[in-house]
Amino acid sequence: MSLNVEHLPESTLSVPQPLRLIDDAGRAVAPDETGGLTLPDPATLLSLYRRMVVARRFDVQVTALTRQGRLATYPSALGQEACEIAAVAALDSGDWLFPTYRDSIALLTRGVKPEQILASFRGDWHSGYDAYEHKIAPQATPLATQALHAVGLATAAKLKRDSTVALTLLGDGATSEGDTHEALNFAAVWQAPVVFLVQNNQFAISVPLDKQMRCRTIADKAIGYGMPGYYVDGNDVAAMYAVTSAAVQNARAGQGPTLIEGLTYRMEAHTNSDDPSRYRDAGDLEIWRRRDPIARLDTFLSESGALSDRERADILLEAEDLAASTRDCMTRTAPVDPLELFDHLYATPRTALREQRDFLATELADYADHAAHAADATQSGATR
Amino acid sequence: MTLPALAETRPPASLTMAAALNAAIQDAMRDDPTVVLFGEDVGPLGGVFRVTDGLYAEFGETRVSDSPLAESGIVGTAIGMAIYGLRPVVEMQFDAFSYPAFQQIVSHVAKMRNRTRGRISLPIVIRIPYAGDIGGVEHHSDSSEAYWTATPGLTVVSPSNPADAYSMLREAIRSDDPVIFMEPKSRYWSKAELSLPVQTAPMNTALVLREGTDVTLIAYGPTVKTALATAELAEAEGLSIEVIDLRSLSPFDDETVGASLRKTSRAAVVHEAAQFGGYGAEVAARLTERNFFHLAAPILRITGFDIPYPSPKLEEYFLPTPDRILAALGSWEWS
Repeated sequence: MSLNVEHLPESTLSVPQPLRLIDDAGRAVAPDETGGLTLPDPATLLSLYRRMVVARRFDVQVTALTRQGRLATYPSALGQEACEIAAVAALDSGDWLFPTYRDSIALLTRGVKPEQILASFRGDWHSGYDAYEHKIAPQATPLATQALHAVGLATAAKLKRDSTVALTLLGDGATSEGDTHEALNFAAVWQAPVVFLVQNNQFAISVPLDKQMRCRTIADKAIGYGMPGYYVDGNDVAAMYAVTSAAVQNARAGQGPTLIEGLTYRMEAHTNSDDPSRYRDAGDLEIWRRRDPIARLDTFLSESGALSDRERADILLEAEDLAASTRDCMTRTAPVDPLELFDHLYATPRTALREQRDFLATELADYADHAAHAADATQSGATR
Repeated sequence: MTLPALAETRPPASLTMAAALNAAIQDAMRDDPTVVLFGEDVGPLGGVFRVTDGLYAEFGETRVSDSPLAESGIVGTAIGMAIYGLRPVVEMQFDAFSYPAFQQIVSHVAKMRNRTRGRISLPIVIRIPYAGDIGGVEHHSDSSEAYWTATPGLTVVSPSNPADAYSMLREAIRSDDPVIFMEPKSRYWSKAELSLPVQTAPMNTALVLREGTDVTLIAYGPTVKTALATAELAEAEGLSIEVIDLRSLSPFDDETVGASLRKTSRAAVVHEAAQFGGYGAEVAARLTERNFFHLAAPILRITGFDIPYPSPKLEEYFLPTPDRILAALGSWEWS
């Protein structure tokens, strides 16, 4: 049989329309257009709403603190709250989260204290929270590396016959990395209880997704790995929660991994050192502002009577309290100990490293002596 | 955790280094149910060098498994397993095939404990068959140790004989720190009479294998045999060479090597890897810094040339030989 390209069958993939339950205007999508998804109950939606509002207030506050020079950098997730909060809400307390540097609000939502989240961005230490306490791996900075860690942890849980599920967050740019491919493939081959949630915010710093790939959607790639893939409206927290919860439950039930793509938009710059006006159309920002995940759920809940003005005010108050306490803790200077630099690297102590620690300790003591002498000199000069 | 007692000492048997490594993994897996083994071809085949022979049959798919063919994936998933309390032993089939895992090793394996202020330890052993002298085609004979020793956070060791292979691999698997375990391929078939389980000196120490008074010859892994042969030849010529097997490349045993150097006042380091920026440069530099006034001559490096590892018909010209080492020692001024 000769292979004639004109006679190849059409791709079996359907034209992608993201799954959604609540549309841009805050109206419920007709039941026959939800792809079989069921709208979460009002109490769940209200809880998701509250957590999104609080997370956004935190994110805005931290961006402001960064502009004031309180943090070295902060990658904002403004506009991506639906993906971030759905990911956390879908997990049980025993499950593990493998986040990236952009997922601070997911950490916040899972209970990590602001000063612990921000310790790394403030420059105190590379990671500021206890991974085992929160079952959150350190925020990964190299792209996609954490996806393999999630697959490994999930596989270990499976080997131990635990019910633990791992969820890893990824960005659209990271899907070009080899580790994304390896993670998806290992997960599928090992049928690991892991969920890959790609937040497609459409830009990898400045590079748009059409320069990363020729696929129609990231979710399509799941087919090639032999796992289900879902293309979801990433600004619809109801759909994101419904799909992610189902994927987590499937993983827990031994059904293996799932790839989820949440289509969203990074409303802020990549970090405070970025200038999106060099590569993004301001008009796009306006379009995506009208698709805001919080505004649409606010409309939906208000019109369905699940969110009263009183409740909204309470939630805003909670958000303001968090912003205030975040400001307080970030305006305090956290002490750092130079000698701690040597404390953690090895479980087995090393002589040569102890020598370097002693060297630094001597240098610090000399410096303190000099500073004391200088202070004495200044004082005696002042009294003379 | 109470471990089941080790099987009683077995009767002496002639074991290759490959068999000793195999026994070390087997005993570790019998002693500790959290030890798991995976990599390319390590399952039913038993590894391309048969180091994992029979382990799949004994421990089954849950503890011994063939992974997809992807080294970053192997190390990356080992990290996740270690976070969850397992002790993965993974194989990078050949030295040069470990490079896809470079990022996972350098950015995560090496840094995780420091990043998390000691909260996450990664007790992972990454076995890397390395170096040449086996007639291997391209990418099968690299000496990659300096990439790993240049990375803080990694423990890098290399045994030179079957007894150390067993003892050091057992210790590496027990260690809470990640260990790059470099196995000299050309020594896989070297034999020794051993009664397992054998325990040699601690993994992080160097050993004086042969005492001498005139020169300290520092070697590790595949070049230990070369250094011993050199000492044998030198003795006939009236030159007394002390041979040190470093065993641990990171950390470096300053105490043992420094003591030897202060005794002989001359030292040379031998390795297969290229010279420029190689491990020998660190050895020469730190020994000089700490022992300059004991030195009668500059510390020499007798190493591979600064070229990629050659093809099989040319490797004999690349590898340090006893003759080349003796010629180098002869270049010193001897008063």
